[in-house]
Amino acid sequence: MHELDVGEQLYRFPGGLKLRHHKQIACRDELIRPDMPEALYLPLQQHQGPAGERVVDPGDRVLKGQPLTRARHDREVPVHAPTSGTIRAIKSWPVSWPPDSEAECLVLEPDGQEIWFETDALTNWREAEPAELVERIKSAGLAGLGGAMFPTAAKLRGDWPHVHTLILNGSECEPYISCDEMLMRERPDAIVEGGLILARALGARRVIVAIEDQMGAVEKSLSSALAEHDPDGLCRIVEVTTIYPEGGEKQLVQVLTGAEVPHDGLPQHLGLACLNVGTAAATRDAVIDGKPLIERIVTVSGPGVAHPRNLITLLGTPVADLLRAAGGAHDDTERLVLGGPMSGLPLASDRIPIAKGSNCILVLRHQDTRREQPVMPCINCGECVRVCPASLLPQELYKYLRADEHDEADSLNLFDCIECGCCAHVCPSHIPLVDWYRHGKGVLRERGIEDARAQQARLRFEAREKRIAEEKQQRRRKREQREARLQSGTEARSEVQAAIERARSRAAGSDEDGDR
Amino acid sequence: MLVAVAVIVALLLSIGLVLLFSARRWTPNEDSVVEQINRILPQTQCGQCDYPGCRPYAEAIASGEADINQCPPGGEAGVKALADLLGREPRPLDTSHGETKPPVVAIIDEDRCIGCKLCIQACPVDAIVGAPKMMHTVIADACTGCELCLPPCPVDCIDLIPRRRPFIWPVKEMDVETGSASKTTQRERDHA
Amino acid sequence: MKLTLAGAPHFPPINSVSGIMKQVLYALIPAIAAHLWFFGFGILLQIALAVAFALALEALMLRLRERPLKPFLSDYSAVVTAVLFALCMPPLAPWWIALTGMLFAIVVAKHLYGGLGHNLFNPAMVGFAAVIVAFPLDMSQWLAPRQLSPGLPGLWQTVQAVFTGSLPESLSWDTLSQATPLDALKTGVAENRLVTEIRDAPIFGDFGGLGWEWIANFYALGGLWLLYRRVISWHVPVALLGTVIVVTVPMWLMGPDINPSPLQHIFSGALVMAAFFIATDPVSGSSTMKGRLVFGVGVAILTLAIRRFGGYPDGVAFAVLLMNMAVPLIDRLTRPRTYGH
Repeated sequence: MHELDVGEQLYRFPGGLKLRHHKQIACRDELIRPDMPEALYLPLQQHQGPAGERVVDPGDRVLKGQPLTRARHDREVPVHAPTSGTIRAIKSWPVSWPPDSEAECLVLEPDGQEIWFETDALTNWREAEPAELVERIKSAGLAGLGGAMFPTAAKLRGDWPHVHTLILNGSECEPYISCDEMLMRERPDAIVEGGLILARALGARRVIVAIEDQMGAVEKSLSSALAEHDPDGLCRIVEVTTIYPEGGEKQLVQVLTGAEVPHDGLPQHLGLACLNVGTAAATRDAVIDGKPLIERIVTVSGPGVAHPRNLITLLGTPVADLLRAAGGAHDDTERLVLGGPMSGLPLASDRIPIAKGSNCILVLRHQDTRREQPVMPCINCGECVRVCPASLLPQELYKYLRADEHDEADSLNLFDCIECGCCAHVCPSHIPLVDWYRHGKGVLRERGIEDARAQQARLRFEAREKRIAEEKQQRRRKREQREARLQSGTEARSEVQAAIERARSRAAGSDEDGDR
Repeated sequence: MLVAVAVIVALLLSIGLVLLFSARRWTPNEDSVVEQINRILPQTQCGQCDYPGCRPYAEAIASGEADINQCPPGGEAGVKALADLLGREPRPLDTSHGETKPPVVAIIDEDRCIGCKLCIQACPVDAIVGAPKMMHTVIADACTGCELCLPPCPVDCIDLIPRRRPFIWPVKEMDVETGSASKTTQRERDHA
Repeated sequence: MKLTLAGAPHFPPINSVSGIMKQVLYALIPAIAAHLWFFGFGILLQIALAVAFALALEALMLRLRERPLKPFLSDYSAVVTAVLFALCMPPLAPWWIALTGMLFAIVVAKHLYGGLGHNLFNPAMVGFAAVIVAFPLDMSQWLAPRQLSPGLPGLWQTVQAVFTGSLPESLSWDTLSQATPLDALKTGVAENRLVTEIRDAPIFGDFGGLGWEWIANFYALGGLWLLYRRVISWHVPVALLGTVIVVTVPMWLMGPDINPSPLQHIFSGALVMAAFFIATDPVSGSSTMKGRLVFGVGVAILTLAIRRFGGYPDGVAFAVLLMNMAVPLIDRLTRPRTYGH
């Protein structure tokens, strides 16, 4: 297969929006750590996939970095203790997904001593086998830190031909979010080393680091890191235009290669793998230092917080502690968003803990979210079509979903929507388009599940009917045979005699063994 | 005048003949219609439609004996799908056959089960495993919620619990389109 | 903290329906001003009448349909329909023409089809078509432009003419009214005169008709403003005007005596107005970008065909309505290819 050129020439994707990025306000101050919270709340599942198997119980004393759950296969991601302390309980606690819901969390009470669990460092990773690197990455609990939380190990090995290029996604395109930019300024060498480790694990022979062209200081710090840590010149920095949603995996692949990820496939099928820069830095810590994923940089920003900044946060820290460390939220705060203003999730409470994919907490006041106009009917203005990066027809999708015509919406490729929010942002009728698409996808998914169940039930029903019919036939045949045999008198008599003999011998046998 | 009438009559007769011929020649296969109907039905095999299972009901619909709105587990969506398939008028569910309820699965209370096998024999999809005088248990993934196992149980040890459904993002119908008269039909859609 | 749970995007959208409609109205101001200059106060009265009737009928229909009044009345969509309709009216048209037009535009074309966003046909054009078919005589009483007129009617005379149908003794219908350039062209061609001959009539200016060509210029100006503000996309204007040029240039080159020049076509009648304001009506137009190109081409071809072969001097209104009918099919056939397919 012809190998794609990556980053040689930059292409454009259709649609998209030029947004005011509001990123520098959180990058002005240095990275700090919030105070240790009173308790850390660790959901057993912090990734896309089933939760791992729990290996600790309430009352156990744990050390920093100790595994709390175990992965049984690539789709499960283990969770580790972010600090040393005691497991106070396992209870239901508010989590971010689904919205306004609770999930099983381990409550860890820190002892303030920060004693590390044993670490298994691998300094000569350049000679290690790729499979071993993937195993270390898996047991370190790595999941995509860009927000999607996809199990990293499952991205590194799977059913595809050779991957030749690793793309490190540092083009953080959504407004306000600047955690990746901060990481690239503070720890560029970790990113470069991590990128090289990931490339070795994948079998890729080059690494492209994609950054936005408005990230000034980043280019300099990354270049000097490359000079120091990449003597073979496997890595290259590529600047892409600052346009939302350039940082989306599909759009980034299109911009760097001109090719599109097939709708039923992965970037790996094009020979590319796309990972976040934060995941790369965490990979370096996991492999070279043997330290699992227990903390990440979180941006706390927005017009509703007093002192926007980036915080290096232990996983499990409640959002309330972060807000306090950023100067506190305004009294008229009306919404806390996990993620950015275009595609972030609303949080139901500030008790929700930071998990692996929590990149930003956006604080919005009432006046920031208030809408003057009610939701009006769609006037077919076409703005949504103009901005859609997936070349969909958002207004048609909306009309079909409103009319409960989910199959038509499916045939219009509803599932190719990346939920970027560009369409809803330009809609003059203020229609919550992304809400409708999420709803529609959920209905179709549930329908698929129900259809599969019904199919199973039908097969089981038919199998049962068949079994009962066969049993009936067998019984009838036996009866006919018996009746045929018992026609002649001699046969009958000998049958009866045989039965009497059997009964006698059974009675005699039991007399003999009567004592036993 | 007479000529005109004759021409029109001849035209109508020939069109009629063409239609008759096409209807005879291209009748849809009876069997395949039953298959298509059966695929739409939810396969609960509960018998609420007054037929012993989904396939008999499908056959009854195909032959015209039964109406399309007798299946509560299929709900309004099922009636609509059948109406679309057969080109008939969609109509409200006939609630004399039962109400559409949220999906449930049966669960056996192991402390009370006496191992009598009656529920195993009653289950139309063989979703209960067990042996005489041994523990019986329901395979939750195979249970259709048809409730046929409840009446035969002599110790009433089977309960119905709601089946966990995947989360669907809620969405609200817009106010300006529904108007004040249809406040009762204003739909809050969290589960379709 | 009382937190609300709503989906993304979390900041309000940048556009609004009333914002878009207001931009359209602003873009029409140059053309209205030019109309005022060349043809007198009539246009202002027509606009006032049409807007008043439109809003009143819209309020009535919203009441009957039990919908909230405030959001729909304040979205200015009825006002835009009314103004576009009024711009197609003869300046001294009687007041009941505006009423009939708005009855068809607002009640029939808009609300009976489901209100804002649901109309299949362009409401202003439905109103215009109804009025021109029902009252052909009143709709042909156009005024001579300023350059040719003995004197444009003053404000009070305009009001009198519109409400009572009568003019003061100093003026008469014969001296005031004049056939439009397209009208003159059609009658002239029917009388087997050459186009070049017909063009010698004083009603014709450099390209189209006197006064009319300037108004077309100002429509274009307004249209460019709408393009700049992203209220309309370039597809319909480019397709429409492009097709007119592509079709008329060969015809004109082959027979300059019997076929009007492309510029004459463009600057006559409502082509420029249609290109930027009428065929770009979002609700009744195509949803896809390629579909809009097809729509523009269709309107252009049908307009030229009606001008050449049909019974009416200008075919824009009927062309638009016919293409509105074709929109569902156009949408079906011009779906864009989704990413990854």
